[in-house]
Amino acid sequence: MSRPESPLKSMDYSVVQQCMHCGMCLPTCPTYDATQLERNSPRGRIALMRAVADDRLKPGRSFAEEMYFCLGCLACMTSCPAGVNYAELFERARAEAEASRALASPFRSLLRRVVLGWLFGDLKRLRLVGVLLRWHQQSGAQALLRRSGLLRLLPARLRELEAMTPTVQSRFSASRIPPLSPARGTRRFRVAMLTGCAQDLMFSDVNRDTVEALTRNGCEVATPPLQSCCGSLHAHNGEWAQAQDLARRQIDQFPPGQFDAIISNAAGCGSHLKHYSKLLEDDPEYRDRARLWDSKVKDIHEWLARIGIDPPRPERPVARKVTYHEACHLCHGQKIVTPPRELLRAIPGIELVELPESAWCCGSAGIYNLIQPEMAGDLLARKIQHVRSTGAAVVATGNPGCLLQIQQGLRREGLDLRVAHPVSLLAEAYRDEA
Amino acid sequence: MADLSKCVERLRALLGSANVLTGPEDLLCYSFDGTAAMRQLPGVVVFATTTAQIQSVVLLANELRIPLVPRGSGTGLSGGSLPTPDCIVLCTARMDRILEVDSANLTLRCEPGATTVAIADAASEAGLFYPPDPGSMKISTIGGNVAENSGGLRGLKYGVTRNYVMGLEVVLPDGEILWTGNKCVKDVAGYSLRDLFIGSEGTLGILTQALLRLIPKPASKRTLVATFNEMEQAAQTVSDIIAARIIPCTLEFLDRTTIHCVEDFAKAGLPLDCEALLLIESDGHPAVVEEEAAQIEAIARRNGCLQIRVAQSEREAAELATARRSAFSALARVAPTTILEDATVPRSELAKMIRFVADVARRHRLKIGTFGHMGDGNLHPTFLTDERNKEEMHRVEIAFREIFEEAIRLGGTITGEHGVGLAKKSFLPSFAGEPSMRVMRELRRVLDPRGILNPGKIFD
Repeated sequence: MSRPESPLKSMDYSVVQQCMHCGMCLPTCPTYDATQLERNSPRGRIALMRAVADDRLKPGRSFAEEMYFCLGCLACMTSCPAGVNYAELFERARAEAEASRALASPFRSLLRRVVLGWLFGDLKRLRLVGVLLRWHQQSGAQALLRRSGLLRLLPARLRELEAMTPTVQSRFSASRIPPLSPARGTRRFRVAMLTGCAQDLMFSDVNRDTVEALTRNGCEVATPPLQSCCGSLHAHNGEWAQAQDLARRQIDQFPPGQFDAIISNAAGCGSHLKHYSKLLEDDPEYRDRARLWDSKVKDIHEWLARIGIDPPRPERPVARKVTYHEACHLCHGQKIVTPPRELLRAIPGIELVELPESAWCCGSAGIYNLIQPEMAGDLLARKIQHVRSTGAAVVATGNPGCLLQIQQGLRREGLDLRVAHPVSLLAEAYRDEA
Repeated sequence: MADLSKCVERLRALLGSANVLTGPEDLLCYSFDGTAAMRQLPGVVVFATTTAQIQSVVLLANELRIPLVPRGSGTGLSGGSLPTPDCIVLCTARMDRILEVDSANLTLRCEPGATTVAIADAASEAGLFYPPDPGSMKISTIGGNVAENSGGLRGLKYGVTRNYVMGLEVVLPDGEILWTGNKCVKDVAGYSLRDLFIGSEGTLGILTQALLRLIPKPASKRTLVATFNEMEQAAQTVSDIIAARIIPCTLEFLDRTTIHCVEDFAKAGLPLDCEALLLIESDGHPAVVEEEAAQIEAIARRNGCLQIRVAQSEREAAELATARRSAFSALARVAPTTILEDATVPRSELAKMIRFVADVARRHRLKIGTFGHMGDGNLHPTFLTDERNKEEMHRVEIAFREIFEEAIRLGGTITGEHGVGLAKKSFLPSFAGEPSMRVMRELRRVLDPRGILNPGKIFD
């Protein structure tokens, strides 16, 4: 069943039947909140999926567009008393949309093949693109291009995208983190560290900080220099077979039996990584290992809370107000709510100010801000307004997509706030110890 | 349907194309409300944002003789907002402004799409209180609340939606606009038309504005959770509390199945090792609350409660109430289809009714979760079944019939707060009796001679 004819029809019907359309999800859905149209709500989308499964609706363009209008933020899963597994439904529905080819065009197909298949299929290629992009940004070529006015020749949408190009870091994770980092002091645990894709290019410093926080708390950390994509991008965009391949590769590279935990510091990845057993349930060779794998994957905040951190004792604690934005796939996808806040509170000098609507999506949502710029922009503006209201100097959040999105929102508003992963703030405090 | 396509064209001219939905994906999403196992596609779905627009849609429906079904957020539990074939669904959810909070007269005026929680929050900001709190209050609209005369957890002490409606603006089925009621506490000028529209389930008019009564916010409150080994003990505790002349704000109970489902979702720390749980809230003057809470605790202990816990903070109390509100949906965790009813009996008959429900479930080999507003006699026996299992669904039907018959025999009613809609339509004639049915039919005929508004609901 690598790529079934109809992912919705082949699904266990009870998953879709679990929704009793009570409407409790409506007020927590950002797209329903924006339009007040039932089709833009979780129960509306589930009704469409059920109609497809029942053969009452042919999945066409409108169905496909609706499934791509969904952020996949999973806020509905937090609010659903009936426990509907929307994450699974969402992935199946997007796969259904792809299988229907309702959105297919030569350009879109090419783009998907290049990005999902080629670029994220082998991270060596992604890094190569990263190196080129870095050269573009650091050599002055980007600045020159931006000054030259040539960009004005581009269509407006492409100009916006160009402005959104994130800054690639000067070094990637492999040159910052050794393949094996010994625990400081007594070794309590042996863990593996997943460096991610976007995270590796844009936030290799967060990866380094994660390893430092781990070793400082008694973990020996294995960080192989060459890793694969976790496949979340593929699963969320209807490419199951590729997602399954990538999952197998991860399990092969990090045999779960050899580690106490497999650490992710990117909420979007972590949320996907924890469900390999579902993805590989029909693969007899990998099924059991996938189950073990799921139990070993831990988000960095979750893991540090579990093992208990040594509170940092910085020599010069920085007094500052920090607010915390909850990445959807941390709070809704993984139900991790308290550990990041506890981690921040453990850092001397930090005053944690609650962010209004902290668990409301910022609009990043994987690649949503690229494919649905309007909705993503509205959500970002709403987020930035709340951030502003806190008077905080730092916004902390545990997902690269959110970090980039919020950085961009602040830049757009001319606000001088720092956006940081909580683990970076922790690592900084450790670094300042005597 | 030539008529329908003509109708769609006219609707587009009236409301603008963006407010008229006809695509299959859109219609499908309006083919249900919160009621289990009911589905019907509408002909067209429209959004209105002004009274004048609603009036124009009603006039058009009259002219073309097309049925019109009003809808808020679609959380109803009796099929009241379920479309009829080829109808216009008129959605007022976007007409959601709070127009005025009048602290001098203790009233709030709003549009029909305002959510119950928005009204409660607006009242609270002014230091006032809007008590009705149906389970779906975070999304249910006041239009729907008034149309169904919704209840909630605070019915025992504060009553239901009806007790908080002072005035209404209504578009009548023939398109005329009517105001009934005002800000006066006393007003006996003529028949109380206002009361006629409350609970009319969208059959006598479309609500376009509501003037609501607010009351002062209680100065303090205390929430208790008591658990019991036997349902009888919980029921006896409730009877004893009422007999002691205590009227708590909330007096809810959950049975074992419900407790486990709710805790699975809400993680509110509910005790799991018991057969029945009472959630009790006392509110008012701090001294009174103190005294009542102590009395309640003593009564529960006398009846052999296993454990009694007092919420330590406002937040914990709110979490417990939210957990209780999720009971209906949370029960869906254990079965594909959950069918909920709201048979209600006089409080003195509660213990008998609870025993009867358990007995019915056993006799018909059905899985059931029961919870409800024990303080006001309003039970929610919920059958946990699978709509694809026709044979079991048949047994569910028989079981419900027996439960309703028993409720009526005990002097109760077939629906305490969900409305008749489609779900209880067949039970109404024997419950209400011919004279009442005749008056209802004639009233409806006078107001809606062409049978435009929500046809087929409550009765034919």
